[in-house]
Amino acid sequence: MALAYSGRVLEANARVYRRTWRGSVMSTFLNPVLFLLAMGVGLGKLVDAGDSSLAVDYLTFLAPGLLASTAMTTAAGDASFPVMAGIKWRKSYEAILATPIGVGDLVAGHLGWIGVRLTFVTVVYGGVMIAFGATSLVEGLLAVPPAVLTGLAFAAVVTAYTARLKDEQGLSSLFRWGITPLFLFSGTFFPISQLPGWMHPVAYSTPLFHGVELCRGIALDLPAHVDPWISVGYLVTMLLVGWFFATRFMRGRLVK
Amino acid sequence: MAEPLVIARDLHKSFGELVAVAGIDFEVQRGEVFGFLGPNGAGKSSTMKMIGSVSPISSGSLTVLGMDPAVDGPRIRARLGVVPQDNNLDEELTVYENLLIYGRYYGLPKKVINPRIDELLAFAQLEERRKSRVEPLSGGMKRRLTIARGLINTPEMMILDEPTTGLDPQARHLLWDRLYRLKQEGVTLIITTHYMDEAEQLCDRLVIMDKGKIVAHGSPRQLIEQHSTREVLELRFAVGTQEARARELEGRAVRTEILPDRVLLYTNDADVLFDEIHAAGIIPESTVSRRATLEDVFLHLTGRSLVD
Repeated sequence: MALAYSGRVLEANARVYRRTWRGSVMSTFLNPVLFLLAMGVGLGKLVDAGDSSLAVDYLTFLAPGLLASTAMTTAAGDASFPVMAGIKWRKSYEAILATPIGVGDLVAGHLGWIGVRLTFVTVVYGGVMIAFGATSLVEGLLAVPPAVLTGLAFAAVVTAYTARLKDEQGLSSLFRWGITPLFLFSGTFFPISQLPGWMHPVAYSTPLFHGVELCRGIALDLPAHVDPWISVGYLVTMLLVGWFFATRFMRGRLVK
Repeated sequence: MAEPLVIARDLHKSFGELVAVAGIDFEVQRGEVFGFLGPNGAGKSSTMKMIGSVSPISSGSLTVLGMDPAVDGPRIRARLGVVPQDNNLDEELTVYENLLIYGRYYGLPKKVINPRIDELLAFAQLEERRKSRVEPLSGGMKRRLTIARGLINTPEMMILDEPTTGLDPQARHLLWDRLYRLKQEGVTLIITTHYMDEAEQLCDRLVIMDKGKIVAHGSPRQLIEQHSTREVLELRFAVGTQEARARELEGRAVRTEILPDRVLLYTNDADVLFDEIHAAGIIPESTVSRRATLEDVFLHLTGRSLVD
């Protein structure tokens, strides 16, 4: 029954999305294209002309990293503002919980829907990568599952975080102090080896680093810095722990 | 008599130190309109949330539709309709989409939901708004849509938390008419309100709550009989003279209540009392003689001080 209930929440999200997708097109589809153009093609020309220690050209290096980063930012967006709206601004969660749906179903359905969105976004993104010649067809598609896993791990943790927020101030802090630094320093734009030595352990411990590593390893068929299974284990653990606390905090917030 | 739909025994609800419901007993029978009256903070909404099986009880016992909310929450909620205090509609979506999505939460197939939506839009007088977004609708329309949404699963019992708060008189009367129709169709209604006229109009039986406890219960008529006289004589005196005048009136009525702007005399015959007062040479600036209402009972039982 629980699965059927969370499926209903997922379906409702899809119906709402069908109505509101226009607002998110720019950020989800156009941004990666623009990033690949500006950074990969534009900046890439300079990087490749200089003393690049990369094994591949810059566009090829950048694209899979951006795939994982895009999954993260998409997930963080979907798991923050809509959750705040559900809890506080629109109180739609209150309306949902008056039906047979419970808090566990609500959170599972919400994460399930983010998984669907992430699949959609990363597949399109993989297509753009292939079109740019940044990866092959097969490897581009193989990079989708680790990107979705990366996004889901973030979605779970961000949902848990948002469930405890009193107001939207905490949401801007999340992006300012969490998502943006991760986006910049987790190996998306340059290898971690470029960072000062003392920052390496910090970079290795961030979740996005593991997502970027997995996507890049698969898309480029490169030897990884860490065992891919450690990265998978990291992200799966983050997803499960985040999910557990998301449900727990949401119950604390909504069931009084 | 059939099993009551709701049975509460020594029901408590507390939030940490704060006691919202302090041990109440009541039963709601099938087919009746049952009201919770009380000032803000009396514990009405907390009680409604417990009946709606979304808020766990703190102690005592509660049975809803013959089941225990702590065990059978989803099964109970599947058979209830809920109209919360705030219209938590999805304002970005259309009227139709709001109803469709809500019906899907109950797991109803689309071919069941669609004809139901047609009926409900007619019932809520929103047929022409079917494809409108919710956001620009008037307060009364949103309220009716919220009620329609609560009916999507054809509930046996509907819980309405302050259904007409914030609506203009026309919208309220339309809503009362719709609620009355629901009762005619056999839907059991539980409503909270702080409008006495609403309670008198709609409720077969009601309880008056104050500070988490039930202070009176019965039909509107019974409550007036038990807690008030049949009639009330309201007297207004020139500003500044009220206190002195009121003292002269003491002992003439069954009960005398001095308000900031007027004096209320509770009596069984307002006309006789009026003549007596005149004969005694007490001439008020204006006089109103009326039947006692539920409001008199309510103010008498819950006090006249303002509750914030």
